[in-house]
Amino acid sequence: MIAFIKRYEGLWLFTRSPAAIIAAIVAFFSIFGAIFAPLIASVNPYDLASFSLMDGLLPPVWEDYGNPKFLLGTDDQGRDMVSSILYGARLSLIIGISAMTIATVLGVGLGLAAGYYGGRFDMIVMRIADIQLALPAILTALLIDGIARGILPTEVQQDLRVAVLTLAIALSLWVNFARTARASTFVQMQKEYVQAAIIMGQRPIRVMFVHILPNILGPLLVIMTVDLASAILLEATLSFLGIGLPADSPSLGTLIRIGMQFMLSGEWWILWIPTVFLVALVISINILGDFLRDVFNPRLR
Amino acid sequence: MLKVENLSVRFPSRFGDITAIEDVAMSIAPGEIHGLVGESGAGKSTVGAAIIGLLQAPGYVATGSMSLGETDLRNLSLVEAHHLRGKRISMIFQDPQTSLNPLMRVEDQLIETIQAHEDISASDARKRAVDILEEIGIKNASDRIKAYPHQFSGGMRQRVVIALALCTNPELIIADEPTTALDVAVQSQVLDLIRELANSRKIGFMLITHDIGVIAQIADRVSVMRRGKVLESGTTRQVLGDPQHPYTSALLDAVPPLDRKIDRFRMPDEEKQSNGKDAGDAAEAWLLQGRDADKIGLQISGLCVEFPGVRTSLWRKPNSFTALNDINFEVRPGSILGLVGESGSGKSTLAKAITGLVKPSSGQMILGGQELPNGRQRGRGHPSRQMIQMIFQDPYSSLNSRHRVGRILSEPLWLYGLVDDANERRELSAAMLNLVGLEPDAIDKYPHQFSGGQRQRIAVARSLLARPRFLICDEPTSALDVSIQAEILNLLKDLQAKFGLTILFISHNLAVVRQMSDDVVVLRNGKIEEYGKGQTIFENPTADYTKELLSLTPVLPKNWN
Repeated sequence: MIAFIKRYEGLWLFTRSPAAIIAAIVAFFSIFGAIFAPLIASVNPYDLASFSLMDGLLPPVWEDYGNPKFLLGTDDQGRDMVSSILYGARLSLIIGISAMTIATVLGVGLGLAAGYYGGRFDMIVMRIADIQLALPAILTALLIDGIARGILPTEVQQDLRVAVLTLAIALSLWVNFARTARASTFVQMQKEYVQAAIIMGQRPIRVMFVHILPNILGPLLVIMTVDLASAILLEATLSFLGIGLPADSPSLGTLIRIGMQFMLSGEWWILWIPTVFLVALVISINILGDFLRDVFNPRLR
Repeated sequence: MLKVENLSVRFPSRFGDITAIEDVAMSIAPGEIHGLVGESGAGKSTVGAAIIGLLQAPGYVATGSMSLGETDLRNLSLVEAHHLRGKRISMIFQDPQTSLNPLMRVEDQLIETIQAHEDISASDARKRAVDILEEIGIKNASDRIKAYPHQFSGGMRQRVVIALALCTNPELIIADEPTTALDVAVQSQVLDLIRELANSRKIGFMLITHDIGVIAQIADRVSVMRRGKVLESGTTRQVLGDPQHPYTSALLDAVPPLDRKIDRFRMPDEEKQSNGKDAGDAAEAWLLQGRDADKIGLQISGLCVEFPGVRTSLWRKPNSFTALNDINFEVRPGSILGLVGESGSGKSTLAKAITGLVKPSSGQMILGGQELPNGRQRGRGHPSRQMIQMIFQDPYSSLNSRHRVGRILSEPLWLYGLVDDANERRELSAAMLNLVGLEPDAIDKYPHQFSGGQRQRIAVARSLLARPRFLICDEPTSALDVSIQAEILNLLKDLQAKFGLTILFISHNLAVVRQMSDDVVVLRNGKIEEYGKGQTIFENPTADYTKELLSLTPVLPKNWN
């Protein structure tokens, strides 16, 4: 086992970094819990029949009047907090991961092409990126949300909330990928193996995706993890502001918004438990991203 | 003055401790230049770092003693060590571009250093700085001192670095490859300066270099290192004139001579490589079977390349910069043309123009009777894409590090549709590896698992698999050690003779070009200074520039008396 770990530099570094280990454990349990939420959670918070108003506002078990059925207490509707968080994290992660994937594909594609062709194409892509960066991410999301509300018929609006939210977040994140991919491509373009490929007369698409892309994957992977955290946060912010997901299909942000009403009224757990969970999830993803950066950057070793 | 005895340095790693240098002993007297020569990975720089106390963590000195005068260098507190660095031991680094802070005036850097070690007023420190700059040959020093590092040329900048090392009156200066990044003309000035300083100020120098020519030119004593050990040590005349250790003689044999052309470099372990050549026969047969046509040559006439210059005003068009000006020469079919010049002379630009990476502003290139379209007008499918192949300088960047060797090698076969069957491509790639002197099992490894010389062999194999007729070698050996250089040059010569390739051989190293070329072009600032038969140019140069280059290149003296 030890010999196996020593074979791979990344694994070896991992065993020497307590922060990365803790972060990995937190992230693993959150993601595991989110994926298997329907199996783990005692009730389904989306199913109105599964919870009862009578159980409302119960504190966590370790407080007075806690009920062992509800480990972390319940909200005002009587929903189990553990189940709400698991289902909320499920939605948050689905939106975060798909937004990040869309942003990666869009950003890396444009960035690679901009770096490869340079010149006018590069200028156009980068100016669009600049404009995108000048608009705050929330504004972009609000804009897309507004447009979607305007043009989509009301019946489908509810069903497409998740898709619209994902697209809005993806559009505010692709710039990071485009810029990094472009800058790394510039560096690789100077390398002689790329020149060799061009001299041989290989197709641009092949040079970009077969030769350059694998060599710029390191920084891109790091951005993917960091942007996954941003996407989750952005979703939480939008939901918190009330333009994300509605209260009947709560994501983590929606849970925090609901909890806000109880911040000073004694029922602290309704606000704080989802908040702490969100912070822990985002921090662990960020720490893992940091760790990946160290692994991929030989100079930081 | 400096005395080092059985010094060992170890680096802990996840595979246990690695011994970087072992049992190194040397002493340097005041005013003596002690050369430390060896190939990359020999541990030369580690010796220097251990002495100055800047070993990279987690490396540590395991055994041995080091003393400078009366001071024991091993038992210094952090504060004392810090005080000693700069004050009594200074260092000169390889690259003057990066060893000066680009955002600070030279003046401030010098004054800062002086004041860090002495309680002295800024104006006195400044006066001292000006004196030192004048001493090392910077004219008009009181004005020039106000300049920023980028306003000095490469050689001048290295002088400033030397001034920085001198300004605290050290007893010992460790010079780590001080001239490697410089052109020959500048190199010889810097070497002269070092010699002069050793004589006049009685400073001891430890000169770390891989270039035996440099050692022969200025070092008093020399230690030859290999794999962390000193193999041979003594006066320069003794060690280089009458080497005792076989490695030293092998190293000397690998240095290309400037005054004559030899057929092949002598290789001590060549027999080892020639076994199992039968596997390479398949590749050889395949290459020869492609030789249906005659050898082809390249004529270049009136070639000019211009680059847009730096924009100085928003409204005016920037002046263009002429990289190549009216270049005319011919690479005769089946011959090797050597192209020499200093950095910035336009050598690589010429290679890029021929391969179509750079668009010439005027001129004509004719390859085997057919004109080559310029720049992007040359389509991807143009036949010259296959006929012309290139071998690059840096084998660490010319191979895609994320692809296995097999994939790198079979790419040209697949791309040009030379072999359709994937298994056949693989077999041929393996055979080609054998032909260039590598084991066929290398095919499943990644490039980083090979040394620089082996990577360059892979690069050669890749270019051959395109069945080229014209090969451009752009400084193919400058990133390699001399012994590896000799191997690669031998390989190129063999292949050229066997397959009748036409080669354009680009190098800044006159001795290497002499060994390789039939004809020679000397390039300077984008213009041809001299063009003719290799022998004529090296023995009876007509252009002043060529004469100068030849006289400044450090060479091994024929006899040491």
